[in-house]
Amino acid sequence: MNEKNILEIKDLSVIYKTDLETVAAVNGISIEIKHKSTFGLVGETGAGKTTTARSIIRLLPAVGHVTSGTIEFEGKDLLALPEEEMRHYRGNQIAMVFQDPMTSLNPVMSVGDQIAETIKIHNPQLKNEEVDERVEETLAMVGILPSRKVEYPHQFSGGMKQRVIIAMALACEPSLLIADEPTTALDVTIQAQVLMMIKELRDRLGTSMLMITHDLGIVAKICDDVGVMYAGEIVESGTVQDIFEGKNHHPYTEGLFGSIPNLKSKAKRLNTIPGLMPDPTALPAGCIFAERCKYATDRCHKEHPKVSVNGTHKLCCHLFDNNGCRKEEE
Amino acid sequence: MSDNHEIPLLQLKNLKKHFRLNGGAMLHAVDGINLSIREGETVGVVGESGCGKSTLGRTILRLIEPSSGQILYKGEDVTKISQRKFRPYRQDLQMIFQDPYASIDPRKSVVEVIAEYMLIHKTYKTRAEVYNRAAQLMDMVGLARRYASMYPHELDGGRRQRIGIARALSLNPKFIVCDEPVSALDVSIQAQILNLLMDLGDELNLTYMFITHDLSVVKHISDRIMVMYLGQAVEIATSEELFNNPLHPYTQALLAAIPEPDLAMRDVPFKTIKGEVSSPINVKPGCRFCKRCEYTKPECEGTDKPLIEVTPGHFVACELHKN
Amino acid sequence: MEKNANMSTPAVPEIAAFKKQSQIKEIWRRFKKNKGSMIGLIMLLLLAFFLIFANLFTSYDAAITQNLSEKLAGPSAQHLFGQDSYGRDILARVLYGGRTSISIAVLATLSSCVVGCALGAIAGYFGGKVDSIIMRGLDIFMSVPDILFTMAVVFALGATTVNLVVALTLAYFTNYVRLVRSQILSLSDLEYVEAARAGGAGSIRIIMSHIFPNAMGVIIVNTTLNVAKIILYEATLGFLGLGMPPPAPEWGQIISDAREYMRVAPHMLLFPALAIVVTACSVNLVGDGLRDAMDPHLKT
Repeated sequence: MNEKNILEIKDLSVIYKTDLETVAAVNGISIEIKHKSTFGLVGETGAGKTTTARSIIRLLPAVGHVTSGTIEFEGKDLLALPEEEMRHYRGNQIAMVFQDPMTSLNPVMSVGDQIAETIKIHNPQLKNEEVDERVEETLAMVGILPSRKVEYPHQFSGGMKQRVIIAMALACEPSLLIADEPTTALDVTIQAQVLMMIKELRDRLGTSMLMITHDLGIVAKICDDVGVMYAGEIVESGTVQDIFEGKNHHPYTEGLFGSIPNLKSKAKRLNTIPGLMPDPTALPAGCIFAERCKYATDRCHKEHPKVSVNGTHKLCCHLFDNNGCRKEEE
Repeated sequence: MSDNHEIPLLQLKNLKKHFRLNGGAMLHAVDGINLSIREGETVGVVGESGCGKSTLGRTILRLIEPSSGQILYKGEDVTKISQRKFRPYRQDLQMIFQDPYASIDPRKSVVEVIAEYMLIHKTYKTRAEVYNRAAQLMDMVGLARRYASMYPHELDGGRRQRIGIARALSLNPKFIVCDEPVSALDVSIQAQILNLLMDLGDELNLTYMFITHDLSVVKHISDRIMVMYLGQAVEIATSEELFNNPLHPYTQALLAAIPEPDLAMRDVPFKTIKGEVSSPINVKPGCRFCKRCEYTKPECEGTDKPLIEVTPGHFVACELHKN
Repeated sequence: MEKNANMSTPAVPEIAAFKKQSQIKEIWRRFKKNKGSMIGLIMLLLLAFFLIFANLFTSYDAAITQNLSEKLAGPSAQHLFGQDSYGRDILARVLYGGRTSISIAVLATLSSCVVGCALGAIAGYFGGKVDSIIMRGLDIFMSVPDILFTMAVVFALGATTVNLVVALTLAYFTNYVRLVRSQILSLSDLEYVEAARAGGAGSIRIIMSHIFPNAMGVIIVNTTLNVAKIILYEATLGFLGLGMPPPAPEWGQIISDAREYMRVAPHMLLFPALAIVVTACSVNLVGDGLRDAMDPHLKT
């Protein structure tokens, strides 16, 4: 494992298996997250982003199974750890924030007590007064009056609840924070507040982050590296510069950028990607995007493309040769 | 607006909807909206959750009864007539709902959902004619006919939303309220649905009221945009004018908060506005936004701010832009 | 895209071909996975077979003809379940008694379901004063103990099949009112009900075509579980002497008769009691299975 990385996922595959069908949710993805940097995982519903995140903290639903791959966190393979040891990692060193702030808090416990509980679990040696102090510090850190710690979640607005959840996640100063669409349920102005807060805290505490989102705007604002996920695979990855300013792109990334209503453009119609994501119970043999791709050739439908690397920029498409440069038209 | 001689398709005059809560407090969901919509026009209504935009859409369609004010459809007052007398108007005034999962009865097949309105209004004599029309509608919204006998749970969000659109179109409406029709969909599907709505609008000469929380969505589809905050309109302007020259501090804040997929903006921090939307319960007169506004002055409180026409067609309700 | 590809398809015929079965099939598939419920269902079908074709194995005469010389005789080849204190064949009495008991229970369940659903639908959909009046009336009903209430009805009107059904209906319809009312309150907030209103649908159409079909799962499950309860309750009435007048057999009454001879002829008590236990158990198993199978949240 590379010294610079805090987390390395190699060739991870996850399936959901029920009596009726087997869903290939994640298919052989590799991700590297560097120390003190933020990796953005972008993709649409069903691309496998959340599954990837849940595999890292090993909280997959009962029907989910990891079929291959390793997830190394600071040199240790998390997938090989006994559950006992894994529990120590969860919350302490890897924390996760979920999408819906409405269901992540216990409605019958005061907000302060919930934060205190997290702190106590991870720091059993602390005295009650010290815990209390930490609770107040934590609330102040996310811009909520410490005196509100006696209130219950229903007295908080959506944005404040999400701040509390982020505060709880950061209370034990984890080295990796996984944020699964943390602002999707919030209004734009509140989203802006929460994003700014996440950015500020991350820089101050030196936390590494895995940011899962469908919003390329958030990626541009927060992330250092990006992986674009489609139907369980990472089709393109690289630094934000590679993705936002580079010339070569996977056709899916291109389509994704085209679909975003642009504030500056005057065009009336939006560019769309025709069709839908392939059925995850029966993925095509060739390129997973071939069905919807305007550049697709016979080869794309038959043969799965290999990853081509050009410096930090990785692409998984037949259009690009081994250096990640576009091939001449045949 | 009044210098226009033709009768607008739809006119709202000081429309209000107040809900009485347990304990007698009043929730001012819609608090005096004035708006006229011309035939063929698309008006975007933008605001954050709780600003009353959905209530406004439902009040216009009498799904929620207005508390006071008037709704004029083609110059006729339809505010006070009984639901039974309003029923014929429902053919002209339709709605596309936000949630493609909740807005379709899970126990009805696709064709049954699309046919329902036509059966209610007895548009056709036989069931075969109704289903024939349903099939045409499916073609129109880009839904393959093989889905006709499927159940909604077998389809994805984008296709379900197409069902909702086909249902809304089934009675040949003139005016459609679109209540966040794409906010539950993924970006690539969202673009497909927006294009479809725009095409249908041109093809069938529809008039839309497009309700959304996402300014970037509404930019492409709207001719004019109304920005709402706590039940009131704070700014109305043409789409281009609003994006190039937003005047109300709230509109400016909304625009500034959109994360743009552009690295040039990366290190420019968001210009965030402080605090959160205050409660719409027992609101006091005065500018609703003044507690969060950075330009707030003593005059902002006390009386409600009327919409003032600053430049032709650009209305704003703010102390800063009195003249 | 899809639009162009399908322009040429012929219209009506394929659209008219409905696939109504799919949901029922899906429920059946999930129901089959539950072993307990399948056992319950098989027992229930066996029971139904024996009750319906009781005259193939025995006759009604055997159930009421007294044969005092053979009273209290134990099980034999001729009388599989033995004979009672009047020498009547217990097998015949259990089978014919089952016919009466179960048909009363089923009828009472159905009528309490209809009455309760109607009242619940009215209360839930119209709300306001109508709701208050119905619900307060219901509170009064529920403040009288069930058993007292049914006893009063049977004493006043006399013990006939119809009166028993009426008494049981009055005791059980209250469950349905509350159930259906709460279902309607939660369902009528949904967007698809609003969508129907936006299309101009009236109250009756909305209730019949959108709310009831969606509340049906819960109602069916409750009804199955209620059948079991009413069978037991009806046996209780019979035991207390409020059931069908003798000599017509009925489960509760058979057990009541057997009580005195518990020590000398335990078979008299054993078989009818077993019949009640098996019936109630299998109905409950089926009901539980249905509840799980019909819950869309438990899709496995």
